[in-house]
Amino acid sequence: MDWINAILQGILLGGLYALFAAGLSLMFGVMRFVNVAHGDFIVISAYGALIVVAATGVHPLWATFVVVPGMALLGYVGQRILLNRTLGEDILPPLLVTFGFSIIIQNVLLEVFSADSQKLQAGWMETASIPINQSISIGVMPLLIFASALIVIAGLQAFFYKTSLGRVLRATSDDQDTVRLMGANNAKIFGYATAIASAVVGIAGVYLAMRTNFDPSVGPARLLFAFEAVIIGGLGNLWGTLAGGIILGVAQAIGAQIDPGFQILAGHLAFLILLVVKPQGLFPKMKG
Amino acid sequence: MADPVLQTRGLTAHYGDFQALFGIDFEIRQGETVAIIGSNGAGKSTFLRSITGMLNTAGQDIAFLGQPVGGISAHDLVRKGLAMVPEGRKLFPSLTVEENLLIGAYGRSGSEWTLETIYDLFPILAERRHHGGTDLSGGQQQMVAIGRALMSNPKLLLCDEISLGLAPIVIKDIYEAVPKINAHGATMVVVEQDVNQAMAVADRVYCFQEGRVSLTGKPDELTREQISAAYFGLEDGEAA
Repeated sequence: MDWINAILQGILLGGLYALFAAGLSLMFGVMRFVNVAHGDFIVISAYGALIVVAATGVHPLWATFVVVPGMALLGYVGQRILLNRTLGEDILPPLLVTFGFSIIIQNVLLEVFSADSQKLQAGWMETASIPINQSISIGVMPLLIFASALIVIAGLQAFFYKTSLGRVLRATSDDQDTVRLMGANNAKIFGYATAIASAVVGIAGVYLAMRTNFDPSVGPARLLFAFEAVIIGGLGNLWGTLAGGIILGVAQAIGAQIDPGFQILAGHLAFLILLVVKPQGLFPKMKG
Repeated sequence: MADPVLQTRGLTAHYGDFQALFGIDFEIRQGETVAIIGSNGAGKSTFLRSITGMLNTAGQDIAFLGQPVGGISAHDLVRKGLAMVPEGRKLFPSLTVEENLLIGAYGRSGSEWTLETIYDLFPILAERRHHGGTDLSGGQQQMVAIGRALMSNPKLLLCDEISLGLAPIVIKDIYEAVPKINAHGATMVVVEQDVNQAMAVADRVYCFQEGRVSLTGKPDELTREQISAAYFGLEDGEAA
């Protein structure tokens, strides 16, 4: 029963990892651009939620309504005035610039908020659970996070396949040059892509702050989990990213069940094994 | 007389230190179909890349519908009414046929062309509308590329090497659409290596050679010798 419980908790944890990963996957998909500071943007969102909660005293979930639009705006502006300038034939400049961002963000957060570990109090949600039987129960908060991941990914999928902006984003992912001949302004399209990705980062950051302790240095580890989820699932496939997050979560939960110190390592090992067996990921995007 | 749809004076283009165009004077008027012919490397595609804004043309004398457009970006030119069928078709592989067509409408103005009129022009595409754009045969892909460009309701349609790599029978099908497109009021520039095909559809021909216009005129007024000389750079009588 302990094992079933561990796997169940792992699946739910996978939802959080999928939220970490969805924005990364989206930015890479549309712009072929890897944001090395992705984890630090998640941490910025967590601190954003902390500020909102401290200033207003509302439940952390309400902070989403401030953090998500705030991050979307930050993403759009940052892409238009800064990141767009780094994009081109050479893939190195965006990597270097976002790597620099990562260091700057961590140090600014350290300066402003100190290295103290923070956590948002989610009240009754933290302990409430739904019993399945005597030995297995599902926590309300992990379930909420998992459900949010499903909604976010389904929403993004619908956006990409049912709207004209979504269609243009997919076309941009295929061929950035030709899409300009269709009347699309790449600079703007990239801004929208980053805005959407950053909105998802905002959601992920609020949940991170509610679920675990965080401090200015935890960004890079979130980036790693996000990367692993994206690559396990297959680049450019959002449902694959969810599957990748779940596999990572389950591997970590099983690892923790074997030995608590084995949790993180088990996730990385699962990632490495999958990379050897299926280098393209489990569900690579079909290419014509 | 009304302004030409497109006019360039002394257009030049460079790739780094290499100069690809040396002062091209070009114009096309409302309703005309103009063919640009020339061998590989003559500068035809570079010319198209320049007038579509894919190459930087800041400071150059280019007028579209009477307005100077030198230095304007590609996406703004599309919104002003210029559309391009790029060489090699360049369909979006992860989009269906219909989605490829709809992408063409992204920067559209006016309502001359719709999915229905495109499907009237190329009925096979209606049958294949839900197929992946790149799952089709080469000829059908070319139809999608033309339809996609038309979906923006262009005032000027530029077609780059639309017969390249296609079987003659397929080329015939595609070129049969040209008069129908003209009938909708579009003005067309057709870039072709296939001289006979170009002469058959064009009202006027420009021949490019080594980045310059080597010959221009109406197809029925030009002799084969003149064209050979302009195309290959050979003297009269030397032409094969």
